[in-house]
Formats: sequence, C-alpha cells, structure tokens
Amino acid sequence: MVADVSSPPANNRPRRVALFVTCLVDLFRPSVGFAAVKLLEDAGCTVEVPPLQVCCGQPAYNSGDRTTTRAIAAQIVEMFEGYEAVVVPSGSCGGMLSRHYPGLFDDEPAMKARAERLAARSHELVSFLVDVLGVTSVAAHYEDVVTYHDSCSGLRELGIKQQPRRLLDSVRGLTMREMSTPEVCCGFGGTFCVKYPEISNAMVGEKSADVAASGAGTLLAGDLGCLLNMAGKLQRDGNPVRVRHVAEVLADMGSLPPIGEVGRQR
Amino acid sequence: MQSTSRNFHHNVEDALANPNLQDSLAKLKVGFSERRRQAVERLPEFEALRDAARDIKNHTLANLDFYLEEFERKVTALGGHVHWAPTAADARRIITELCLSVGARTIAKSKSMISEEIGINDHLEAQGIAPIETDLGEYIIQLRREPPSHIIAPAVHLTKDQVADTFLEHHRALGFTQRLTERSDLVAEARHVLRQKFLDADVGLTGANFLVAETGSSMLVTNEGNADLSNTLPRMHIVLASIEKVIPTLEDAAVLLRVLARSATGQESSVYTTLNTGPKRSGDLDGPSQYHVVILDNGRSSVLGTDMQEMLRCIRCGACMNHCPVYGAIGGHAYGWVYPGPIGAVLTPQLIGVEEASNLPNASTFCGRCESVCPVRIPLPKLMRHWREREFERHLTPKAVRQGLALWSFLAQRPKLYRLLTGWTNRTLALFGRGEGRFRALPLASGWTRFRDFPAPESGGTFHAQWARHGGARPRP
Ligand code: SF4
Repeated sequence: MVADVSSPPANNRPRRVALFVTCLVDLFRPSVGFAAVKLLEDAGCTVEVPPLQVCCGQPAYNSGDRTTTRAIAAQIVEMFEGYEAVVVPSGSCGGMLSRHYPGLFDDEPAMKARAERLAARSHELVSFLVDVLGVTSVAAHYEDVVTYHDSCSGLRELGIKQQPRRLLDSVRGLTMREMSTPEVCCGFGGTFCVKYPEISNAMVGEKSADVAASGAGTLLAGDLGCLLNMAGKLQRDGNPVRVRHVAEVLADMGSLPPIGEVGRQR
Repeated sequence: MQSTSRNFHHNVEDALANPNLQDSLAKLKVGFSERRRQAVERLPEFEALRDAARDIKNHTLANLDFYLEEFERKVTALGGHVHWAPTAADARRIITELCLSVGARTIAKSKSMISEEIGINDHLEAQGIAPIETDLGEYIIQLRREPPSHIIAPAVHLTKDQVADTFLEHHRALGFTQRLTERSDLVAEARHVLRQKFLDADVGLTGANFLVAETGSSMLVTNEGNADLSNTLPRMHIVLASIEKVIPTLEDAAVLLRVLARSATGQESSVYTTLNTGPKRSGDLDGPSQYHVVILDNGRSSVLGTDMQEMLRCIRCGACMNHCPVYGAIGGHAYGWVYPGPIGAVLTPQLIGVEEASNLPNASTFCGRCESVCPVRIPLPKLMRHWREREFERHLTPKAVRQGLALWSFLAQRPKLYRLLTGWTNRTLALFGRGEGRFRALPLASGWTRFRDFPAPESGGTFHAQWARHGGARPRP
C-alpha cells in the first residue's frame, strides 16, 4: 500500500518528506533547493535530504543508454524508500521519477513494484504544495511584472499549469503578464542543446523574443535547465530581464541575485 | 526518393539561413496550431474521439491480416484488383506495368505521400510516361523539382512570391506572360493549366486516407477536388496505399475523419471526401473502367507486435509537425526524406534504416507537444527514445556523446566521487564567474557558449556542501 499523502497525517505529526535536489540545482543554484525546503517547512513538513543522491538519470535515458539508466534509477529507488513523499524542484526530474522509472524495470517485477511505489510518492514541488498539501497562498513579496514559462515535462507529463500561477497570485507586489506562447519548448532539452546547438539557438531565440515582447521584468519557470538556457540567451542578447526559479520568489527569496548575475538584485 | 537524412546537420544550417523558408515557417507555426485549437475547443468530445480513434487503429493493427484479406475480397467481388507490393520496387513495377498495359502517356496524380516514398514520378518519367501532379502544392513543387516539405501542405516552405516566379517561368510557354501577385489569380492560372491535363490523362493515380474493409472502398479527402478528377476522368484508376491504411468499417471512418480534419487544418471536415468502390458499373455515367489498389508494405509489417507498432496508427494529419518547435525552426526538407517532423523521426529510421536516419530521432527535446496533439495518441517521444536505444545498442551514437556519457555515468554511480568533483567545479566556476555572474566562453562548452552566456553557479558551494555545513538544515538569514 502506498501511504496516502493527500490527507494530513494522524495526530498532526509533520510529514516526513525527502527532497530530491537535482544535479543542476546542487551545482548551479543551491538557493532553489533551500527555497524548496523553506516552502515545505512552512507547509508543515520535515524535510530530509538523502546525502548520496546524485542525478535522476535523464542524460543516459535520453541518450538511449538503458543499462546505465536502470543502474542510476535503482540507486535512487533504494535511497528514497521510506519517505511519505519525495519532492523535486523540477518538472523534468520529477516526471522522470514518477512517469518513467517503473517502465525501466518491466522485466524485473520486484524492482518494478519498488519503482512504482516511489513513482506514486514523487511530486514536483509546486504541484505538491498546491495539489497535495492544499497550499493556497504564500507569504512573499516581489515587486515586478513577471512572466511564466511552462516547462515541457511539468506541463505535459505532470499537468502543471495553474498551480504556480495560483501561488504567484498571492505574492505581494507581483503582476503576472503572460507571453504569447508560454507552452512552447525553450530549446533546452538536456543534451539536445549541445548536440544540436543551431536548432536549440533558434528555439531559445524565439523564446527570448517572446519574453521580451511580454514586457515583463522577470522570467520565472520551474526547471533550472530551461532557466539556465533562457537566462544565457537573454543575457547574450543584452536583455535585462531577471531570470529566477519560481520557488525562489514563492519562498520570499527574490532579493537574491538573479540567475547568471552577481550583485544585481531586484 | 533519395534521402539526405545523413546530412542532417548541413541541411539544418541551410534551413536556418534561408529567409524565405523562415518567413513561411513563421506563418505556419501560428496558423495551423491556432486553427486546430479553435476547432478542438468547439468540439467538447474531441478527447474522447481521440481515444476512440486510437482504439480503432489498435484493433485494426491487431487483426491486420484479417482486414486486409477482407478488403481484397470485397474489391475483387466489385470487379477491381488488389496488388500486393512487399517493397517500393515492387510497387513501382506494378504501377508501371499497369500504365503500360493501357498505353498510358500521361497520368494525373493526386497527392500521395506513398508515391513520394516509392519515388514513382522519376520512375515513370524514365519509361516515357508523364506524371502530372494535380494537387496545387504538389504541382508547384513538381515544377520546381523539389520534394514536399510537409505531409499535407507540400509547398508550405515557399512564399507567394516564389510561387509567382515559378508560374511565370513555366507557364510562359502556354501563353501566360504576366507575373501574378494575388493568391486567387495564381490558383486560377494553375486550375486553367491543370484542367487540360486532367482531360488528357489516361490513368489516375491517387493515394488513400483509408481503405474500408467492409465495403472494399478507398477513401480520400482533399480540399481542392483534384482527386475526384484524377479518379473519374481517366479510364484506369490506381490507388496506392500502405498496409496500415485499412480500417474495418465506414462507421470507423466517420470517427477518424472527425479527428483528421480538425487535427490537420482545423476544419470540421475536408471540403471533399470521396469514396471509390470498384470500377464503373454498367449504367454508371462516368468512372474508370479499371480499378486497381496497390498495397505497399515496405518494412511496415516488421514492426507489428513490437514496441514500435504504435507508429502504424498514424493517419498523416500533420499536427505533430505543425506543433513541433524543431520542425518550426528547420522546416521539412532538413529531415532529408519523405516524412518530416516527429512522425518522420519515427518512421524514417524504420523505412530507410537507422544508420541513414540516425539524427532524426535525436533531434528532439522530447517536449511532448506532438504527442499532446496527435489524434491517435501516438507516443512519439517514447518511440524516438526507442530508436535512440537501438542506436546506442548498435554503437551508432556519436563517439563524443558516448564518451561524455560514459564519464558521467561512471561518476553518477559513485556519489562520493561525484560530490568531490561537483564541489570543485562549483567553486571553480563560481570563482571565475564572480565578475559578471556568467561566462561568454567556456572550454568544453562551446556548443552552449556559441549562442548563449553560461550562467555561473551561485557562490557559497553546492547545495549538498552547504546543507552538510549547516548540519542538515538550510542556512537561515
Ligand atoms: S503521428 Fe499523429 S499527429 Fe503526426 S501525422 Fe500521424 S496522426 Fe498526425
């Protein structure tokens, strides 16, 4: 049986939640991880970070290396067993755990069952807050016009669309302004962006123009890969839009320097 | 058709540097997806219809031999003929023999992707038979001797000005000496030129959207009505279709037609939907006296029963390419063969070999937009991933990618070593990126920094280092 995380645990005991940090957050933007911890703690969870976690395996999975993917997935399944929920500040890594792991073990029923248990408990951060914990607002302040990019896996694999917008709505000072095609891919695609740099550039170029045309001063999204890609392009184009992970703004950490910038704050 | 898929990288560069193509793609990206969106909005049961369409195709594929035989029985009973073509060469031979048997000099063709797949035009020309494309888009690219760049809009890569120039060049000899600028005038001129060709044609060659087993009918949808002239005026009608086009009943066709037009062009239904059921009967006023159906396999049956079978559900609506950001950036020709876009990335390796087409299933971000619009719910990203797995197994993955992956997977399976290395990388990048917060160039990352800056990590160390430093808690301000 899978623990039912949608109803609060008995006797108001805090939920024991594991954070899957993701390799990009670990290396490039630890603040996203800390923002996630804060949001989860504010919503009444205790957060643990299994220390030896590395990567969800997408680079191997998307390159067709199934053997390595299985080895990495088995490692993660092992490490994250026993938590009420596993929360990931990324739709793409979250989707990997919750949508793709079980299929890796079709020929290993015991392992498949464990992967399915993990899948059922794995959630992308913002959808976990809204859909599972029932969070409806956050205590945060961010003074800017904001546009939101719907990262592909979050949107199409996990159905994340309204959840971040609902919480952003409660941020004081924040005005939302949609770009014309928030659901079109930014061209990151993991290794795609270095294997097919010209196509990726054409895609992120269009995204960057759409962001600029929205007139927003800040671009938010829920996946660091997309954010690094879009920030890199906007900055190369000399566009002053600030780029941040949505969790930072929701956790009231919007005074940190934006991605790819130092010293510059709001 | 000769493939250039092997030169994918080169094709991509050409496509990105072609301003006419980029103009056309800019229009396509907005137009098609917006029209589909509106059509879907008007039909609340659309998602349920997609399920029904998927189920019809799955049922047919599971019983394909039965329905193909049933179709053949019905066609034969009506006085028509079914010809089985295991390969493209067989299909070319059968069609050529049929044309020669009636001494055909010209044949009127309506748009058929299968005819591109088997390269019938060049083959017929070599035999002294002139194939005339009667679909406007196909006619334009035939004049320009170009392959189609889209499965339902073959000339979508061209601007109106390019079409005007092409017509002036080719129609001058027929007495049309004025360069036209209005779309409607271009259409009228093409219609005028084509009308005579319909009347001259000895054979009509069409594709089929569906072959209906229950009635032995071939079904074709167009917006121009050209197929109806191709199959009623000449004395022989040849239908060229692949094995997966068969469906059980007319009822099933009704479901599939409802999702097809909406997915393709956002229309409720195409302008012309034509059923051809056998040759002209005694008493009929018109119609062909001979009716032949050439059914092509060309490598399709080998995916039946495998994890790739789902590709055969495709009804060729084009929605996956209309919504694909990669197709939107590079257009159809860059894919290098008949079928572009996501379905092309899945079908092409099957039909011409994964060595030749190895780039196609890799050139995707797996954004999933194709799957989200496919009327028969083909999991296109999953199928592309299957191809990547086969390439990896067969050592077709480029060496640099394999080596990078090998190093990364070694580390990813050794968390402690990984931590040491990421800690070092984080500190180094943060240190050198301290000035601006980003890099304009970085060794080993030129694929990235050619076009974008590379954001430097935040200062303070990796997440895990900071978490450990604070005793398993977040640093508090
Ligand atoms: S794969 Fe689906 S969306 Fe693409 S052409 Fe075929 S039916 Fe249409």
